[in-house]
Amino acid sequence: MPSYQHDIPGGAAWTIRLPRYHELKLESLGDDANVSMLIYAAHDPLERLNIPDTLKAQMSGCIRPPMVLMSDMGRALVSVTGSSLDWHDAITGHSLAVKDPSTFQISRNDRRRSARGLLLDELFKLGLGERDLHATVNWFSKVAISPDGTLAYVPGHAGAGDRVQLRAEQDVLVVMATSPSPLNGRWSPSPVRASISPVAAPGTDDPSRTFRDESGRALEQAERL
Amino acid sequence: MITIVSGDGWIGDIPEGAIFRITDLEGNQAVDTLLYDAHDTANRYSAVDTIREQGAVYLTTGSRLLTARGDLLATIVDDTCGRHDTLGGACAQESNVVRYGEHTRHQHSCRSTFLLKARERGLGKRDITHNINFFMNVPLTPDGGLTFEDGVSAPGKYVELRAERDLLLLISNCPQLNNPCNGYNPTPIRLEVHPQ
Repeated sequence: MPSYQHDIPGGAAWTIRLPRYHELKLESLGDDANVSMLIYAAHDPLERLNIPDTLKAQMSGCIRPPMVLMSDMGRALVSVTGSSLDWHDAITGHSLAVKDPSTFQISRNDRRRSARGLLLDELFKLGLGERDLHATVNWFSKVAISPDGTLAYVPGHAGAGDRVQLRAEQDVLVVMATSPSPLNGRWSPSPVRASISPVAAPGTDDPSRTFRDESGRALEQAERL
Repeated sequence: MITIVSGDGWIGDIPEGAIFRITDLEGNQAVDTLLYDAHDTANRYSAVDTIREQGAVYLTTGSRLLTARGDLLATIVDDTCGRHDTLGGACAQESNVVRYGEHTRHQHSCRSTFLLKARERGLGKRDITHNINFFMNVPLTPDGGLTFEDGVSAPGKYVELRAERDLLLLISNCPQLNNPCNGYNPTPIRLEVHPQ
């Protein structure tokens, strides 16, 4: 697949097929960006990202390099190969509704839409639907966890130029929505630049493989496909 | 009164207004639980929406269990354990291989129980979403860490919920042997349903 680039407007949705050993780099073009992401195995979308399995296997309460995002079938989908940020949320979900929705008739393509509506539109195009929604990774968003388990959204966590890089470990379908985090009180969606390019397969000393035994085993299972 | 032995599960209807209690009979037993709107099973429990809307990671008395549409399924009305997990997911053969190695591939798991019981109601793998683990302790830390710990539950501790609509309840009494979630000794639990 040739390398290419696409700017996703704020408050929009986009779906790509990311072949194995290709990188998806997301770069925020504004402040407080958020990309709520669903991931499915291209060979069988019944296999999909499982956030609880991903977190518990790598003993993490958030997503950060060099973690491996794992499917519900115990295989690596993508690895987080780099990021300017050390925290991406995966435990507070995507927006279900916007406080002040707007219509196309009034706002045309600047209408405000929730991540849920946008993601479902994309899933329907793939022949999938509501039962296929899973917990999203919310790239660029941070929700801080206090010792007693209470949560607090961190405004200003991400700004223009912040980035995250993902390497596909098998052919995957990636569904994205750029609506703001539901915990961000403001409707100020930032556009995000997506760059797709081929990258090398992970070697024996790849940081995602050596991060934990669990990460290495998930990569190994994906390599058997 | 229904006793569910470890490695077994249960699926059934809970009418709106009913109070149902799950008791950890012998202590330190994870009870993997999913809830659905009985009349529209696509409207199902969502761990992340429940967490976000209550602004806290753990479930306890007062927690409102929501669907991915934001609808209220059930409320926790009593809890003698004090903390329950909803981020640790269910064990599966495949995730056991990732976590513990290939030698665990053929061990029994909660997802196998979920799928077996779900089939009785025409549900399948797409319907198995991120669940609740009653009596399981999975602390998250401010630096972004997560651990599996034992020791919050004890014999006879229970959690009691009120059904806020007609529910389909799916339970797997966890057979996991490889971590402390069942104290390395899975034991029976009890389900009691009191219609209003």
